[in-house]
Amino acid sequence: MLCQNCGKYEATTHVKRIINGESAEAHLCSDCAKALGYNDVFGGFGNTFGDLLGSFFGEPQVGAISSRTIHCEKCGNTFNDIVNSGKIGCADCYTTFYDKLLPSLQRIHGKTRHEGKNPTIIKTEVTNSQNPIEELEEQLRIAINEQNFEKAAQLRDKINELKEGQK
Amino acid sequence: MSNRWYLGVGEQSDIVVSTRIRLARNLNEYPFPNKLNTKSRTALNNIIKDAVEMDNKFDLRFVEMKSLARFEAASMAERHIISPEFASDHDGRALMISKDEDICIMLNEEDHIRIQIMKSGFALDEAYEVADEIDDLLGSKLEYAFDERIGYLTQCPTNLGTGMRASVMLHLPALTMNGQIHKLINTISKLGLTFRGAFGEGTKATGDMYQLSNQITLGISEEFAIKNLKAITLQLCANERAAREELLKSIDTEDAIFRAFGTLKWARLLSTQELMDNLSLVRLGSVAGKISVPIETLNELMISMQPASINVLAQQKLEEKERDTIRATKVRNRLS
Repeated sequence: MLCQNCGKYEATTHVKRIINGESAEAHLCSDCAKALGYNDVFGGFGNTFGDLLGSFFGEPQVGAISSRTIHCEKCGNTFNDIVNSGKIGCADCYTTFYDKLLPSLQRIHGKTRHEGKNPTIIKTEVTNSQNPIEELEEQLRIAINEQNFEKAAQLRDKINELKEGQK
Repeated sequence: MSNRWYLGVGEQSDIVVSTRIRLARNLNEYPFPNKLNTKSRTALNNIIKDAVEMDNKFDLRFVEMKSLARFEAASMAERHIISPEFASDHDGRALMISKDEDICIMLNEEDHIRIQIMKSGFALDEAYEVADEIDDLLGSKLEYAFDERIGYLTQCPTNLGTGMRASVMLHLPALTMNGQIHKLINTISKLGLTFRGAFGEGTKATGDMYQLSNQITLGISEEFAIKNLKAITLQLCANERAAREELLKSIDTEDAIFRAFGTLKWARLLSTQELMDNLSLVRLGSVAGKISVPIETLNELMISMQPASINVLAQQKLEEKERDTIRATKVRNRLS
């Protein structure tokens, strides 16, 4: 069998990877295997596996390890963690590293904009939960008009409390 | 009638053995499974279980993977109900499964939630409809990780967007025999689809069974991805039928079919490989009307006579030779 990377030489290195529980294999000649980092068969397979997936995200940024390195606030991942493991840590990673991930998404899918289903029901609930504030603001406006300042103060505190809770 | 996918036959069943839809979903609040320890995974399993059971229309049973013997989990992977990866590591994992095994929700696989629907034959729309309904049900009770720009958020960015993998299992003996399959695999991979062997490992498709699925999930709607997969499946079916017609003109093919039937009917030892090779030819003969064994019997044997499934029948891990003996006996009895 010929190398799947260059298509010129006999494949001598066979790489098996499991993505989403489904295995895929790559057959490479010794030159391409070396170029892609599979020359050391005795090396940790775990690392190789991570590297392979990590290659989606481009090169690790060695110079970026400093006090300014950005961590995902929810799971603590840095972008290098993602590159090294080939795994995203949580939903917030996508927001934190959105710009850095975008070129990889383009490489994997050819597109970067979602088309298709949206989880509409939860979104509706989020919209509804904002209504109490609007409702209270309306009551506040009426209270001020009526010069009922005691009630207005209570409403203002309540609104501030709700707004605080949304942050 | 049972809805177990390997006990029935559906549309295009001369070629399309089964259809599968898988949706990947995560909960917004929790890190992805690779960042969760066993305790958090278990807690998450229970949150999802409770959400499903609030309105358990589909009567799904909750099973913790640690409660299953290794061979039981492996047998589920052989039946294509769960992924081999899910079967290999039980830690903090669970599943919710319907009686007929056509609906299975894997919890804490690579993503928090993997909804999977299996159907006999060519049934992409029907399978998606069920997956969509379960997804709506869960989505109305749990807050999914979703970003309007890039869709459903998944641990591996290859699933981002719709989070949907639609696939069909195809029996393509004639395209394999005449060698056209290699060219087709190359062409299809350029169309945003994955095409590979459905069983076992290595480049050869055991039993001439192939799996065709969508590769791209971002920037393509579920509807379009399914439409695309359908069109290419039907094209492959047309190619396979034409190739079969040509092959079946030869006495050599007919001889091979009946020799395979003879082996299955008379062998006293039958390895998995031998079973798969011979079933492929007998299936070809059955569809062509040369052998009067129904396709559902052949599908059932293909799935139920895999190694771990034989261990399940015996309720213990057997030696290979013991399995080969049981396999030969069961197949012989079923075909005589």
